[in-house]
Parts: sequence; C-alpha cells; structure tokens
Amino acid sequence: MNHTTKVSFTVNGASRDLDLDNRTTLLDALREHLHLTGTKKGCDHGQCGACTVMVDGRRVNSCLTLAVMHEGDRIATIEGLGEPGNLHPMQAAFVKHDGFQCGYCTPGQICSSVAVLEEIRANIPSHVTGDLTTQTQITEAEIRERMSGNLCRCGAYSNIVDAIVEVAGTKA
Amino acid sequence: MQFDKPATTNPIDQLKVVGQPIHRIDGELKTTGRAMYAYEWHDANLPYVYGYPVGAAIAKGRITAMDVSAAKRAPGVLAVVTTLDVGRREKGKFNTVNLFGGDEIQHYHQAIAVVVAETFEQARAAAGLVKVEYAEERGAFDLREAMAGAAKPDDSQEPDTAVGNFEAAFKAAAVTLEQSYETPDQSHAMMEPHASLAAWNGEELTVWTSSQMIDWWRSDLATTLGVDKEKIHLMSPFIGGGFGGKLFLRSDAVLAAFGAKAASRPVKVALPRPFIMNNTTHRPATIQRIRIGAGRDGRITAIAHESWSGDQPGGQLETAASQTRLLYAGADRMTAMRLATLHLPEGNAMRAPGEAPGLMALEIAMDEMAEKLGMDPIEFRIVNDTQVDPEKPERPFSHRDLVGCLKLGADRFGWSGRERPGARREGNWMIGMGVAAAFRNNLVLPSGARVRLDSQGVVTVETDMTDIGTGSYTIIAQTAAEMMGIGMNKVAVHLGDSRFPVSAGSGGQFGANSSTSGVYAACVKLREAVAAKLGFNSADVVFENGEVRSGNRSVPLAEAAGADGLVGEDKIEWGDLTKTHQQSTFGAHFVEVGVDIATGESRIRRMLAVCAAGRILNPITARSQVIGAMTMGAGGALSEELAVDTRRGFFVNHDLAGYEVAVHADIPHQDVIFMDETDPMSSPMKAKGVGELGLCGVSAAIANAIYNASGVRVRHYPITLDKLIGGLPQLADMSDAYRSRA
Repeated sequence: MNHTTKVSFTVNGASRDLDLDNRTTLLDALREHLHLTGTKKGCDHGQCGACTVMVDGRRVNSCLTLAVMHEGDRIATIEGLGEPGNLHPMQAAFVKHDGFQCGYCTPGQICSSVAVLEEIRANIPSHVTGDLTTQTQITEAEIRERMSGNLCRCGAYSNIVDAIVEVAGTKA
Repeated sequence: MQFDKPATTNPIDQLKVVGQPIHRIDGELKTTGRAMYAYEWHDANLPYVYGYPVGAAIAKGRITAMDVSAAKRAPGVLAVVTTLDVGRREKGKFNTVNLFGGDEIQHYHQAIAVVVAETFEQARAAAGLVKVEYAEERGAFDLREAMAGAAKPDDSQEPDTAVGNFEAAFKAAAVTLEQSYETPDQSHAMMEPHASLAAWNGEELTVWTSSQMIDWWRSDLATTLGVDKEKIHLMSPFIGGGFGGKLFLRSDAVLAAFGAKAASRPVKVALPRPFIMNNTTHRPATIQRIRIGAGRDGRITAIAHESWSGDQPGGQLETAASQTRLLYAGADRMTAMRLATLHLPEGNAMRAPGEAPGLMALEIAMDEMAEKLGMDPIEFRIVNDTQVDPEKPERPFSHRDLVGCLKLGADRFGWSGRERPGARREGNWMIGMGVAAAFRNNLVLPSGARVRLDSQGVVTVETDMTDIGTGSYTIIAQTAAEMMGIGMNKVAVHLGDSRFPVSAGSGGQFGANSSTSGVYAACVKLREAVAAKLGFNSADVVFENGEVRSGNRSVPLAEAAGADGLVGEDKIEWGDLTKTHQQSTFGAHFVEVGVDIATGESRIRRMLAVCAAGRILNPITARSQVIGAMTMGAGGALSEELAVDTRRGFFVNHDLAGYEVAVHADIPHQDVIFMDETDPMSSPMKAKGVGELGLCGVSAAIANAIYNASGVRVRHYPITLDKLIGGLPQLADMSDAYRSRA
C-alpha cells in the first residue's frame, strides 16, 4: 500500500513539489521537508498557535492540517513576510515594542497579527463584536480576543497589542 | 575578579550604553523566524533521523517485560532503545529522579523507550507499538493525605527558624490572624518543547539542546551517559522559554544520545506537548499556615509561616516560608517547612521558587490582617517595614525601598479611590483594587566570559550564558560596548556553547547581574591587555568613541588590536557581601479587577508594578521581564492548576488546552515603574534581578482585588468562579445590577 502522496503548492511565492507521507502535517512539511523552521511547533495539536501560517490569505494552525490537503494552495510563512534588514511593518513593530522575549511564539503571533487586521477590515465578527450591522472597528478588545489563540508564556501580550495597534494606524 | 568590596565608580557608571532603552539585538532574527532553536539545526553534514519517546503508563512500580518486536518491524524504524536495554544509570547531580534507564518506574510518563525512525511520522507510529508489562505499586499522590507523615528535611534546606518566643507573643497580641492557604502544582509551560539533536563522532558527542544552564547539563549528561564530560559539546544559542523547566538535564537529551548511538545516525527528539507536564518538573503544590499577631497600632509582634509540600524521595522543599524571615518586622517569629513523600513527577524550581507560592499566601494574610486592624493595607506594610534582617538586626539590607515602591505605586494607581469591599459597581461588574508586596532575594553565581578585540575594532563576547528571552544577548553587548567605549554595532555576542567560559546561566534571577559582571571582569582584562600593548598606564586610560586614550596619546582600538587581535578572559567571583548584607529586590503590585456579580467571572482591568531592583541594565528588556511575570501571576491567580489524579498518580490536564495559561484576552495594558537606584553591594554592575521579582506577589494582589471587589475571600488558588459564586450577592441584588446596566 502506498502511504505517500505527491503534492504541489506555493510557499512564499515559490512553487514546491513534495512527495510526503500522508500523515505529514503542513507544519512538518514546512519545517522538516522545506527547512522553513520559522514556523514553530509548540504543541502539535492546535492549542498554542505557534504554527500559525496563511493559506490562501487565511490564518490556520498548520499543525492541524495535513500537507496533502493543500494541493495548489498559496502558503505564506514568517520567512515570506520579511527578512533581517527588510522587515515587514508588523515585524518592525514587534521589535520596536518588544512584543516577544524568547521568540518561540513570535512568528505565529506576527502571522496572526497580520491576519487579524485583515479579518477586522473584512468585517468578519468576533466574540466581542457588538453591532454586526456596522463595520467592525479595530479596538484593543477586538485585537485581544482575536489573538487569544496565540499563547505567549513569556507574557508579552501588552506589548504585542501595542505593536498591532501601531501597525493598524489607529488609537484604540 | 573577586567582588568583595562595594563597587565604586567604574566605566559602567557612564551609562552611555548600559541602562539605555536599546532594542534586542536578536530581535530581527526572532521576528523573521531566522533564530534557530534546538530541533531546527540542519545542514548537509547532519543526516539526522527522528526519535520519539515512550513514557510509563503507571506512576510507581517496575517494568516486568517490554516487547519491541512490532515497533522494530514497523516501516522506517532504525532502532528502539528501552530503559531495560540501557539499565540503571548514575543519576545527574541536579536530577531528583532518573531520566532513563532501569526497570524502576518512579512517576507517570517517566521515559522508558525511544523509537528511532527515518521520519517523524514513522517514529511516532512505531512508538505506539511498544508493549509494556508492569508490576504496579501503591504510591502517595495526595498532599493533604501525606501531610501528616511529612518529615523535616536536613538542615541544609533550613526547614526551621525561630527568634524569640512566637507562641507567647502571638497569645499576648491584641489582634491576631490565623489562616491556611493552598497553592496548586503549576507547570512551566514554556512555548518551546524540550528538544535535543544528538550526533556522535566516535566517542565525541555534539548536542544542540534547549538549556538554561549549559555546564550543569553537560556535567549531568556526561554522568547519565557514563562518558567523559570533555567529550561532550553542548550548544543552546536560542531557548524558547524555560522558567526553570530547562535548568536541569531532561530526558530529550538523554534519549537523543542513546538513540543516536543505537541508530549510528544523528537523532533529534522533542518531547511531545502532552508528555511534558508529567515527564519533566513542575512547581510543587503547597499547604500553608500563617499566624500574625499585632498591637492595635498595627505593629507586628509575632509572625509565623509554616508550609507543607511534597516531592519524590530525595527531593526538596518548595521553600514557601522563606521570604517571611525577611519581609516584615516583628520580634518574635518562626518558620517551619515540612516535606511529604509524593510519587508525582519530580517537583523542582519554577520561576521564583519559594517566594512565588509563599507570597501568594503571605500577601493575602497581610491584607486580611490589615482589615482586622482597620488599617489601609499599604500603611500596614509600611509600618512593618524593616531595614535590617529581622532575625539578625546587626545585618542590614544592602538597599531596601519597599516603602518607596508602595507609596509611588499608590499615587500612580489612584489607590486613594479604593472603596470598602463590595462597594464599587459598574453595571454587572463589582470593581476592586488590591495590592501586594513583591520580594525576591538577589542571588549571584560565578560567571565567566572571554572578550576578543579584532583588527576591525570589533569586540566579540563568548560565554556559555543563555538567553531564554530575558535579553542576555542585548545586555551583554551593552556591557561590552560600555566597557570598551564602542557602539553596539561593534559588538558581537556568542552565547550558549560549552566551548565558551562557564557562566552563571539563566535562573533564580541571577543571570543578568552575574553574567554581565563576568563580561565586565573579562573587559577589564581586555582593557589591561590593550593598555599594556600600547605601553599606556592602565590607571589613566580612557576607552571612548572606538579609541583608547592616555594623556594626549590616542589610538583607534582596531589599530591597538593589530592583526592578531587581543583577548581578555576572566570570571566574576563573589566575596561575603551577600553574607554581611542582605541583598534582595523589592516591589509593589497594584491590580484592579472586575468580578461579574452573576457569574463570578474575574477580569483584570489594570495592573501596575513598581520595582526596586538596583540598576536597570536595559529598561526595555527589564520591563518585558516584569510584564511577563505579571502575566504569569495572572494565570497563577485565576486559572493555572495541574489537576492531580490522586488514584492513578499523574497530572490529568497535561496539555495547553487543559492547563490554562493567561491569553491575550486575559491581560490588560500593564504599567511598570523602576525606582531609580543602584546597589553597589550587589556587583560592579550595581544591578540586581527583576525576572522573578515581577512574579512575586502578583497573584496575591489579584486575590486581594477580588476580595475588595466582591467581599469574597478565597485562600485556595486558582480563584475560579466556582469558589466565588457562593459568596456573591443574592439574586435580588443581581437583578438590580442588570437593570441598572440596561
């Protein structure tokens, strides 16, 4: 019986062709097969958010999805957002506001942060959204609620919110 | 360099670089995903394969048989190493229980095998095929049941202290408090799982791992494997959090080493998240009893703090009563700590061991006592401040500004607006404020460093110090830049490698002060080397703007270094200033909470910490240490608890869904103020630590705020809504509250 499958998707704009054990998560495909280790494995079952990446523009926990389910998808990881010397505005804001300490949850926090602002702008409601008939505003409460799937044991939350608020260009 | 006299003026006092708010020099690597953690090392010369651990399914007993035949036959499997194969090993000096080896099971999820396969998926699947037969034995898992049999540990743990006659003074006191408090088992729950990649080259072993203490790990790995320490090369340049959980050698490194030997390939092992809470260490639960007697003027005349905790045979106390020896005045006093034998996983240090759970209890007791006395809890603490060790009044604190922290914090937080319990309402929210003192001793350890100056004028620091998120890279670079008179862009810092001089490592909030003092000492040596090479009199040499100057002679550092460069190496060692003077750090935590009158849900609305901790080496990284600790304290107050299955003997909620650390939605904006101070007794840096201070007292401040909001006093952490709801106002009041909200 064949337990492997060929799959092709793009990662940070580059086309990738892999022949993977069907059990391989998207997370392990990125980390172990493509050596894109910026995406972190904190729990491997969807509880910590360290593995957050974008698939076709939406954030997902890459540990909770098998790589072979992503034929033809566009995947974006922390490595694609920016690089040393050429940071994405969210990465720069995390450095400026010290929105991290050990750095292990950080790529997931940053990917989530970028996605959260897009989700609010797209008027996707959250648990704390009040009036569903008007455009959702970028508030600290909305940011905290939507970021709560990304754990940070170093406890940089207060600084992370400052970073996201700055990038959002709004005083909450 | 021996530090045995108080520091006088030195180059650090220039504060051109040290003390400045400089962003982390590793920030770009971490925010772009380029920082490489242990499991992530890869290059073409490292054809690693994957190890997956198997843990014991019982808490206590023996393995009678293991059948690995199915696992060995599974696709891709290269080797299976069992605890029976390797046999009983000598235990590492810092480990209480064995990490791997032998037939004895000492706790649930103790490592009993590692399965090595070509891929992670193959190793994981095959690990599930290992069959084990046990002879199970009864164990003790319930602290309350085991309390009666708790023993007095040996004197090195200072279980009993007494001055005067506590019992008589307590009996005679005009106002007394006697209460019991409980703190649960807690898990470090750092975000990066314990992970190691081990590669043998003949008898030589290279290990990339995630360790707070390089030299301790190296020694204990050598002991456990039975190899020469000098043959082991350990590297840990980035660590995804530790909080004490990575102080001591863990099973991932041992399993990777045995797996690599058996497979004749480099092997990497990460502990699966559900494995960590029972396989590794945790902060032990405590039961504490506090008695305070005072005169009607609020002066404490008698204070007693007793604590019970449990650990494996050969284990140690959770020293929850220790801070009570030093924090408040009172002529007649005692502490006592007893240790019960429990067969839960090994208890050991977690951030601020002792003080964190101790202050969770003591600082509620102080709040309760203030209320009994009819005093403001800040005033009660100020009245009972002491500038000397209460047990040895001839021994002063080197510097102690608890009162300053309390007063400044009260002013900034708006403490004067605090009302009586249950008095302040906003709709369905009952609002309250709480305060607690923060206290943590200033520990120091010897710490070495090597500093190289090259022909480009670049200074490279090498030390086996670790950066677990604390900011070591940055403050070490700042120290070298200040000492050598160069900019941050001319300093490179290499950490976490056993080829470098042995440092203090990261723990006990000793890392920042000790390791930068070691770098200071090495830089003094390098300055002397530069001066000697130039023929300058080292006493009047100035290092400034990339140049070294003596009188009217001035030479660029790059030129002074020459083609071969210059090296300085030294370590800081400590005299008896910590004995002649009590060195501690102080703070005050202020918290405002809302408690939902209907559900008992507690929400933190505001938090402020004021810290007096000597010179702050970098206000950005120090502040992050404190807000992070405040966040951990919020989890400790409201949600963190390892639930013990007292029948089967393990922590049930052993993952990040069941063990609830604070999340974004739990934490408001946090404020931190550092008192502007130095402590010349502490080190040439005149700094102390803040990383643990920030945790000490936070949970009690939250508990006190919940009491002030709701009128319900909870003495058993975490303060979940089920513990509040029975004491909340009756339904009629609730409907009023909801009407007024509408």
